[in-house]
Amino acid sequence: MTPDVLFDVVIGVIGGAVRVGAPFLFVSLGECITEKAGRINLGLEGVLVFSAMAGFAGAYWSGSPWIGVLAAGASGALLALLHGLACSLTRVNDIAMGIAIMLLGAGLAFYLGKPLIQPQAPQIPSIFLGEWSTSPTVRAALSINALFPFGIVLAIVMAWAFANTRWGLVIRMVGDSADAARAQGTSVTAVRVAATVAGGFIAGLGGASLSLYYPGSWNEGLSSGQGLIAVALVIFARWRPLNCLWAALLFGGAGAIGPALQSAGIGGGYYLFAALPYALTLLILVVTCSPARTLKGAPMELGMSR
Amino acid sequence: MYMWNRRDWLRATGALGAGALALPWSRLALGQAPITIGFIYVGPRDDFGYNQAHAEAVAEIKKLPGIKAVEEENVPETQSVQKSMQGMISQDGATLLFPTSFGYFDPHMLAVAAKNSNVRFAHCGGMWTEGKHPKNTGSFFGYIDEGQYLNGVVAGHMSKSKKIGFVAAKPIPQVLRNINAFTMGARSVDPKITTSVVFTGEWSMPVKEAEATNSLADQGVDVFTMHVDGPKVVVETAAKRNAMVCGYHASQAKLAPKAYLTGAEWNWSSAYRAIIDAARTGKPHPNFVRGGLKEGFIKTSAYGPSVSEAARKNADAIKARMMSGKFDIFAGEIKDNTGKVVIAKGAVQKQTDLELEKMGYLVEGVIGKV
Amino acid sequence: MNRDACRHAIEAIAWPVASLIAALALFGVFVAFYGASPVEAWRLLFVGAFGDAFSWQNSLQRAAPLMLTALTVAIPARAGLIVIGGEGALVVGGFACAAVPYMFAPPSGWMGTLILLSAAAVAGALWIAMAGALRQYRGVNETISSLLFGYIAIALFKHFVEGPMRDPASLNKPSTLPLAEELRIGDIGPFDVHWGLAWGVALCVLGTLWLTFTSHGFATRVVGGNARTAKLVGLPANALIITACALGGAAAGIAGGIEVAAVHMSANASLIVGLGYAGILVSFVARHEPIAIIPVAILFGGFGAAGSMLQRRLGLPDASIQVLLGIAFVIILASETLRGRLPSLRLSARPAQQPVASAAP
Repeated sequence: MTPDVLFDVVIGVIGGAVRVGAPFLFVSLGECITEKAGRINLGLEGVLVFSAMAGFAGAYWSGSPWIGVLAAGASGALLALLHGLACSLTRVNDIAMGIAIMLLGAGLAFYLGKPLIQPQAPQIPSIFLGEWSTSPTVRAALSINALFPFGIVLAIVMAWAFANTRWGLVIRMVGDSADAARAQGTSVTAVRVAATVAGGFIAGLGGASLSLYYPGSWNEGLSSGQGLIAVALVIFARWRPLNCLWAALLFGGAGAIGPALQSAGIGGGYYLFAALPYALTLLILVVTCSPARTLKGAPMELGMSR
Repeated sequence: MYMWNRRDWLRATGALGAGALALPWSRLALGQAPITIGFIYVGPRDDFGYNQAHAEAVAEIKKLPGIKAVEEENVPETQSVQKSMQGMISQDGATLLFPTSFGYFDPHMLAVAAKNSNVRFAHCGGMWTEGKHPKNTGSFFGYIDEGQYLNGVVAGHMSKSKKIGFVAAKPIPQVLRNINAFTMGARSVDPKITTSVVFTGEWSMPVKEAEATNSLADQGVDVFTMHVDGPKVVVETAAKRNAMVCGYHASQAKLAPKAYLTGAEWNWSSAYRAIIDAARTGKPHPNFVRGGLKEGFIKTSAYGPSVSEAARKNADAIKARMMSGKFDIFAGEIKDNTGKVVIAKGAVQKQTDLELEKMGYLVEGVIGKV
Repeated sequence: MNRDACRHAIEAIAWPVASLIAALALFGVFVAFYGASPVEAWRLLFVGAFGDAFSWQNSLQRAAPLMLTALTVAIPARAGLIVIGGEGALVVGGFACAAVPYMFAPPSGWMGTLILLSAAAVAGALWIAMAGALRQYRGVNETISSLLFGYIAIALFKHFVEGPMRDPASLNKPSTLPLAEELRIGDIGPFDVHWGLAWGVALCVLGTLWLTFTSHGFATRVVGGNARTAKLVGLPANALIITACALGGAAAGIAGGIEVAAVHMSANASLIVGLGYAGILVSFVARHEPIAIIPVAILFGGFGAAGSMLQRRLGLPDASIQVLLGIAFVIILASETLRGRLPSLRLSARPAQQPVASAAP
């Protein structure tokens, strides 16, 4: 590989990490806030697909991608609300409900999205950070989904808020000890539902970024499990919002590296490349977990490391 | 006999009686009798791609008198498709089925066909072999590599970087044949041109397809084509990167009017008609149906506004030779991209040559590995 | 005691049935939105699922693999683990089944088939046992690890099936070498249903027998009920839990093996259609009771069969059945909260104080 080609591949993977990573970022932030409050939402896969469809529909009918983004967030929140309320009932298992929500969300999206496969909707604009460069590769890699910086800000705000605000404290308390929260007079159910809904809204932005930016159309194969893997991403990130950012970029980059190498003439093993992040996550779990203690950073109520 | 028992049993236990209404002799007696035909798609009908190409033909067929079409989409290549076929036969009384996805043939369609010898099966994808498969089954397919060759010719004229790109699903003979035809078309214009290929590994995975397109654009590719089930994403992404694109399966011109040069499209209605007419008049089932541009099985999209005069002229000339049957794409000497001669000098593999359906190489000028 | 059991049984059926009715009603609204007649949709749902002999065979056939993948969730769940990686175990099972002839030629006939399915079972068992072992020895959450193992299984499967193990003759549909004719699993008698159904039913029945009547099964349930108690009475929790995972994994492995030997005849990507994920819901609705999985899986299979009918007769989108299933599962799972609150039976809950109520059920 010549240095030129190598440079293009590296730049391409970096650009790809941002492009492919954006939905990962939003679903993992959404899952993070949900899990911080002590609940798992496996249904984010359904949320992602449903909100991608709703976002596309919103942008298509209104002509504004931002209305689409709002529609995506709102529909994600709506589906998450269903999950949050249902899981608040006693004896309702959040894992099973998550899978049911996944089925329902995808089903609704496919059902309602039939007339949206063909049309094109206005897209979320790009932010061009590469204007200084003459290389088209650099310019392309640095034209970034306008939602992505918002995701970064969101990650920072979440990290700060969990540590420093009353809201953040309440969510963490509910996630770490429901009894303590109750003793404080906090409604555990209300906080969890609110956190789940917020998580759904954030994950919905991931859906918008799929259907309104990259790849930028509505299609039944749009999500390839980004929502389902959010649970693993959050563990990977140790429930820290800023780490979610790195985890998302890593997963995004892993998705981009196979095509980038192939386009430079290095082929083969594309299925294995695709599985790399999953294997890595598993490896990290195996190395860092221990039966003797809970996973560092894990909300205690989650039962994630019993 | 075992088969008979099963069918009798099905009818006797009241498979709604619908299957029994459409016995072969009643059809023969009536000539152009009404017929129920089942169409099965592997993906959504409006995917701007493979399934849409079929659905468009079905929409035309439906307008003909005396035809009742039952359709199912998103049917996976599992026992589901076997049950869908059997359901169309037993519950809807279909006597002719079009399972359109490649993967439906073996074992699914063969299994159902063995149990329903009075029903005709027309599979899309060129698998039927004389002596090996039953007479009530058959396959039809088009030589769409002719369209890809013409795509290549236009791409060869239009590319400035001399790098063209192909987003492909899997390295299988059909796909390789298209990649090779596309490349040879382009290199007939300028032998310096290379084709870069990215295999996504899946027939439909939009994010991967977009990423493949972007990676290729990063490497300087300025004309794209593809072989995936739904080309929409590749077309749109290429256009966003200010690259040009040649379509596949159906016309994607309206998705990117400026970037779209031309495209290789299926035109199934002629094949459908031939098979349906045979069924309605009681003629033997056409088992092996193939055709290219000449037979009207494929067509090319109208040239986009940016296609140069020279490109149009050259492509039209080659197209005219294809239409008259005087043009062979796979005429030796052809080397693969490791330098090995795959078709010797002077040798010609005509479109009907079954050797072409086993293609396992990428020709010289393709950057990529099988 | 009988009264309690009776109440339990009635509730176990009443709430899901009520939920299903509610789901069907909601689905009717959706159908009406689409411009089709809800009544006709309901009728076709029934006809398509259980209306005639063909429909029954259709539903049963679709139910067969679900019974096995549901066991993959149910058995570890009884030992206290929530495993959602059945898809991965199914895939490695199918792979193992197709891979056996690469290593040696199995004897033809049922012995050979049994060897293939054993290989599938072992592969699936190991796959899920890994998740169980990681949980017991490394504290890795089994839900997450089994999900990750699933992705890895699929990637490895595709890599080998479409790469090193690809049958060169499988031109445009990359697959392994097809199984020899004599090794394939055929249909049950004159029916259009393969023997996989018998495997599913048999293993579900065996599952309940094992849990109810063997001390090993009882010990597993004790561990699942309360790990601390189990430790106090000296039960080998690790062994029991990992065994439960292995048994569950074996079921999905067999499902994969059967899909290969009865449906596809070779391993290829068509194997991966989400049967493992569907099994999760089936198991939860059956409350992880193996024998209850049978009717739930048949119902699930019936929906699948009916979906095909809705498309052909009403022109409804293929996703309509997914919507119905989604609604149904959400309501059924949520109705879990109503358990113990069946109004007409409330009195019988306190028989000691109110013996009068004993006449109620």
